[in-house]
Amino acid sequence: MAPRSDNSKRLNELRMKHGRPPAGPNEPKAAKAEPTLREQQPRFRGLESGHRACQGCGEALAARLVMESAGPDVMVANATGCLEVFSTPWPQTAWRVPWIHSLFENASAVASGMEAAMKAKGKNTKVLSFGGDGATYDIGFQSLSGMLERHHNVLYVTYDNEAYMNTGIQRSSSTPHAASTTTSPVGAERMGKRHLKKDLLSIVAAHHIPYAASASVAYPADLQRKVRYAMGVEGPTFLVIHSPCPLGWRHDSALTVEIARRAVECGLFPLVELERGALTNIMPIRDPRPVAEYLKLQGRFAHLFKKNDYRAAEELDHLQALADHNIAIYGLRGEGTDPVDTTGVAQVRRGGPLAGRN
Amino acid sequence: MREALEGSQAIARAISLCKPDVVAAYPITPQTHIVENLSKLVADGNLHTEFVSVESEFSAASVVLGAAAAGARAYTASASQGILLMSEVMYNISGMRIPLVMTIANRAVGAPLNIWNDQSDTMAVRDAGWIQLHCISNQEAVDTTIQAFRLAQETELPVAVNMDGFVLTHTMEVIDVPAQAEVDKYLPPFEFSRKLDPANPVSMGTLVDPNWFSEVRHSHHAAMVKALPKIEEIDKAFAKVFGRASGGLLTVEGDKKAKVAILAMGSVVGTMMAGQDEFKDEVGSARIVKLRAFRPFPAKALRDALKGVEKLVVIDRAISPGLGGVLGTEVSAVLSTMDNGPKVYNYALGLGGRDIQASMYKDLLKAIENPKAPRFAIFDADLKKLPPEDR
Repeated sequence: MAPRSDNSKRLNELRMKHGRPPAGPNEPKAAKAEPTLREQQPRFRGLESGHRACQGCGEALAARLVMESAGPDVMVANATGCLEVFSTPWPQTAWRVPWIHSLFENASAVASGMEAAMKAKGKNTKVLSFGGDGATYDIGFQSLSGMLERHHNVLYVTYDNEAYMNTGIQRSSSTPHAASTTTSPVGAERMGKRHLKKDLLSIVAAHHIPYAASASVAYPADLQRKVRYAMGVEGPTFLVIHSPCPLGWRHDSALTVEIARRAVECGLFPLVELERGALTNIMPIRDPRPVAEYLKLQGRFAHLFKKNDYRAAEELDHLQALADHNIAIYGLRGEGTDPVDTTGVAQVRRGGPLAGRN
Repeated sequence: MREALEGSQAIARAISLCKPDVVAAYPITPQTHIVENLSKLVADGNLHTEFVSVESEFSAASVVLGAAAAGARAYTASASQGILLMSEVMYNISGMRIPLVMTIANRAVGAPLNIWNDQSDTMAVRDAGWIQLHCISNQEAVDTTIQAFRLAQETELPVAVNMDGFVLTHTMEVIDVPAQAEVDKYLPPFEFSRKLDPANPVSMGTLVDPNWFSEVRHSHHAAMVKALPKIEEIDKAFAKVFGRASGGLLTVEGDKKAKVAILAMGSVVGTMMAGQDEFKDEVGSARIVKLRAFRPFPAKALRDALKGVEKLVVIDRAISPGLGGVLGTEVSAVLSTMDNGPKVYNYALGLGGRDIQASMYKDLLKAIENPKAPRFAIFDADLKKLPPEDR
C-alpha cells in the first residue's frame, strides 16, 4: 500500500478544523467540536451532489437552493436542457423527489397534468416545473402561457443562463444585446446579438398571476425567500433566476457568484417581485456599478472592450442605457437606506478570487 | 340501455363510465363533439374529472402524459393536424411507457386543407409505439374505448382508439350503453406501478446513452408483442360481462372459404359487408377481413386468416406517396413469409372523405378479375380531372 501523502494529512486537518468526521478508521478522531452552523441547520437536499454539472455551474447552484426551500413534498417536471442532462444520466439520478422529463417545450403542460392529477386525487403535493431560458423564453413559451392562464398551482422556475448552453452556446431570446454566442458571433459585420433580451417577467406578469419574481444565485437568502413565498401561494407562480454559465459566458468558474452579483448591481438584471401584475418589491441598488464592471469579466462581451473600435464604445453605451432604463422604471435606487440592499452586501469585506480588486 | 346517440356523444358517455381523473383536449374537427359532450357532462355534474382545456394538441398530449405519470387515469382525443402536432409527445408517452387512452377521430392531413375522413393521421404515427385499434361501428367504438382503459393499464402502454371522422363520429346509431355497475366490475381503478410519488421518488425520462438505448427499444417492442394476446383476452373478458365482443385482433366476416378476400380497417369494413349482401349474386362472395389491431400488428393471425386465399384486396385509407398504401405495404410484408400467399391488390379509397358506397364491393372484385389490374392505385381517383402530365 502506498504511503499516505502529505495532502491526505492536510485534508484531515481541514476536516478536523471544520468539525467533520475523519475520513478513515486510521486517522485521528477530531476533538468533539461544537456543531457547525451548517450542521445545526439541516437542509433538504432535493438535488443531490455528485451530478455532472460543470464546475461553477450557476444553474446547479440555483436548482439546489430552490430544492432546499421547496422541500420534499414536491414533484418536478423538467424541460430538456443542461439541468435534465447533468442530473439524470441513466442509471443514475441526483433527484430525491419524484422527477419527470418529457420534452424541451412541454414542461409547463406536463406540470399542468401532474397538478390536475393531484387535484383529482385530493393531494397537496406541490408541482414544480423547471426549464432553462431556451425552454421558457422560446420553445416552451406557449405551453407556459397556457399553464399560467389556466391558473394551475405550479411554481415555474426558469434558470436563465441567457443562451442554449446544452447544445453549445447558441443565442436565445434571453441572450442579452451584444453578447457573442455561436449563432450570434462577432465579426466584421456584427457585434454579437443584434436584438434585445426578451422581457419575459413582464409578459408573465401580464397574465396577472399571483406572484412572479426575479432572483439571482448571488443572493441566496433572497432567492430562497422568494421560493418559500411562492410555495405558499395557491395558483401559478414564476421565478426567473439569473444563473451564470462559466462555459457559455466564458468566465473563470470561481467567478459565478461575483458575476451574478455584478449583473444585479449594475441594473442589467433587476431583482423585482410582481403580484397580480403589479410591482410590489425591488432589491434596491443605492450606488449602481457601471455595466462595464459586469461585462468585462466575461468573454462573451470581450469585443466591447476592443480599443479604438467605435462600435464597441457604441454597444457599451447601449448596454449602459439599458441598465439605466431598468434602474429608472423599477426605481432601483430606492428611497432612504436599507441594511439588506445590495449596497449593504457590497460593503461587507469579502474574500474570494477578486478580493482587493475592483 | 339502448339509446340513439351520435357517435361522439356515445364516446363521451363511454369515457364518463370509465371515470377518468384528468381529461385534456383541444378542439379539432371532427373530434369536437366528443370534447363538447364531455365538457357538458362535467358542467352538469355528471362527470367528476379535472377537465383541462389546453391551448394546443401539443399541450393536450403533454397534460395527459403528466397526469398519468402522476397516477391519474387520463384521456384525450384529437384528429388530423392535431395528431401530427402531438406526434412528438406521442413518442414520448410510449417511450416512457405511460398508460393512457386517446380517441382519434380519423381525418385527412393537409395540405390541401380537408376536414373529412381518411386514416392518414393515425398512419402518420404508426411508429410512435402506441397500441392502435380500429372500430367499424359506434358500438364497437364505445366497447373498445372501455376495453382500452383496461388494456392501457394492464400493458402500461398508451392506446389509441380510431374511429372514422364524420362517418362514425357524427352519425346516429342505436347504442347499447353499458351500465355503470358493469363497467365498474370490468374496469378496476387506475394503478400505475411507476407513478410519481413523493413517498417513493423515481426519475422518469432520463438521459439514456447508446449503452442502454437498444435495450429500451427492445423492451418496448417486446411489450407491444406481448400486448397481442392481451388485446384478445381483454376483448373476451368484455364479452363475458357485456355479452358482445369487438373482434379481438381481427375477425373474418363474409364467406370464410372464399378464395378472394378484402382486408380493411374502420367503417369501410361495414360498407364492404353491406356490399357483399347486395352484390354477391353478381360478383360472388369474399372473405372480409376486419383488422382491428393495427399496432401491434397481428402477423400470425392474419396469415392464418388468409390461408387458401388467392387474391387479396387491401383497402387503404392513407397512402405513402412514392410507395403506395400504408396498410397494403405492411400486409404484403407480413404475407411474404407465407407459402402460397395471396396476390395483393392494394387500393386506396375514400381519401379526404370521398364517399365509399356499397357498390364499391362489386367494383373492386370486378377490377381484380382483369389480369392487368394494377397492384396499387388510388382506386376512386378520377384522372380526367387532372392535367395530362399528372395522370
